[in-house]
Amino acid sequence: MAVRRRTLRAIVANGAVAALTAVTLVPLVWMVTVSFMPRGSSSQVPVPFWPDRWSIENYYELLVRRQFEGAWFDYRILPALLNSIGVAAIATLLGLLLTVPAGYAFAKLRFRGRERLLKLLIAALVVPGQVAMLPLFLMFKELGLVNSYAGVILPGLAGVFAVLFVRQAVLAIPDEMLDAARIDGAGEGRIFVSIVLPLIAPITVTLALFIFLGSWNDFLWPLIILSDQERYTLPVAVAAIMREHAADGELMMAASVVTTLPVLLIFLPLQRFYIGGLLGGSVKG
Amino acid sequence: MSRQERAAWLFAGPVLAAIAAMLVLPVALALLLGLTDYSIYALADLKNLRFVGLANFTELLATPLFWRALGNTALFAALGVPMAIGASLAAALLLHDATVRWKPLWRVALFAPYVTSVVATAIVWRFVLNTRFGLLNSALGAAGIGPVDWLGDPRASIPAILLFVTWKIFGYNMIVFTAALSAVPGELMEAARLDGASRWGRFRHVTLPAIGPTLLLAAVMSVAGFLQLFAEPYVMTMGGPAQSTVTVLYFMFDEGFRWWNLGQASATALILFVLILGVTAVQARIGRRYQWL
Repeated sequence: MAVRRRTLRAIVANGAVAALTAVTLVPLVWMVTVSFMPRGSSSQVPVPFWPDRWSIENYYELLVRRQFEGAWFDYRILPALLNSIGVAAIATLLGLLLTVPAGYAFAKLRFRGRERLLKLLIAALVVPGQVAMLPLFLMFKELGLVNSYAGVILPGLAGVFAVLFVRQAVLAIPDEMLDAARIDGAGEGRIFVSIVLPLIAPITVTLALFIFLGSWNDFLWPLIILSDQERYTLPVAVAAIMREHAADGELMMAASVVTTLPVLLIFLPLQRFYIGGLLGGSVKG
Repeated sequence: MSRQERAAWLFAGPVLAAIAAMLVLPVALALLLGLTDYSIYALADLKNLRFVGLANFTELLATPLFWRALGNTALFAALGVPMAIGASLAAALLLHDATVRWKPLWRVALFAPYVTSVVATAIVWRFVLNTRFGLLNSALGAAGIGPVDWLGDPRASIPAILLFVTWKIFGYNMIVFTAALSAVPGELMEAARLDGASRWGRFRHVTLPAIGPTLLLAAVMSVAGFLQLFAEPYVMTMGGPAQSTVTVLYFMFDEGFRWWNLGQASATALILFVLILGVTAVQARIGRRYQWL
């Protein structure tokens, strides 16, 4: 009897989880199937979930440059894709270069003012980035950085969270290990590169994922700082197309697939690092 | 300076400089900017800039749309936090059941919406919520519920956007809650079961007290998130219908970068900052009460 109840419970519980997952994934699957429907065919009742005929015309229209009434025309999605990849990659690289050594220094190196700076960093976590955006825009205007890739990337380099995140991971390294290397005559740079970096490699992957996905999905700041279509990142470009093509469901779904797919392809194989980072990343003073 | 101290400054200096230049300095300037009438005239020629004291704030408080934005944002938070936390908790409880198999698989699938771009998925949801050709209304129609004009009816627009936001973010706290649930002592659960406590009784008296602090902290932290809604109304409704989805940030963006009233916009940003500070103060208090901070 008890065995049967347990089986029943297993069926109900697994069924419920599977149903929840299905409902959660429906919008994403629908995004993909509609993007392959011929123009206009998703607007009918009953609402189609599966294309009658698979068509790549939406991707063709979205991605391929062509002549239209004598002039070249395209949605500039490919440039936006390249911009997004470039911006996110550089933001990640520079972000890691700046914050990983700093996180180590705050955890293990003794320097004057360290504790006070640490307190300030924790306080700075509270500041919402949007408060800085208006003055940053004016500063960047003076510096000629409006409508430039540097203008998009630079504010993200003030990585307060990232420094504290790395510090938290480095604290777990025993001091004796570093002191032993010092006694053996290793310089500080050498200790960081050959002892600390290998030990915090997993957390570095996590941080790289956080920064890359954050930069890829960022919307408000690129929207503010970029004015030239050729420089748009994907979210800005797609939002702009949306304003003109709000009724073209199939085309917009294709644009959404192009924007979402790269991050899912990066996230899925590395999800262990990302999800693990959510739990390990609690910041303490 | 010792060798170690030199190395430390070499390591930490660059990022501290970046933080000073791109966070500390702009926030300080935001305070000043909020006290000026910085507008398109000052943008053209700085000589047109005047110091106006607190006029931006008094003017804001006399602007009906600002109050509307504040009210909408409060409504987003008041409805959104229970919705999102409830969804996360329900998903976590389901996943936590001992009989559930392939847990890592479900976890990743349920978490996936969280990492997608807000703009892209907001577009998808615009079509999901479409009155005639949307998936949601067609599913509701099958259950005999009449078509809802989700994004066109001022009474439905906030719940509609919240459906999307909940779908997108519930995976995050689901992960946090699953971790908290697995820390609930098993012996306690077993003892309650042997004492004949019902499933609800066990949840109410064993599980809930154990994960209560985590729940509370997650709820307070998500308030700050709901105060910062921008891309969702920007993509899905452009603040409409009838300004029912204009949020504080949307108002700030419009004031600042459509009408170029940067002084006014900065004052708005500062008010948002104060609200978030208030939320964080509550969060710190809760943290201290449960002794984690």
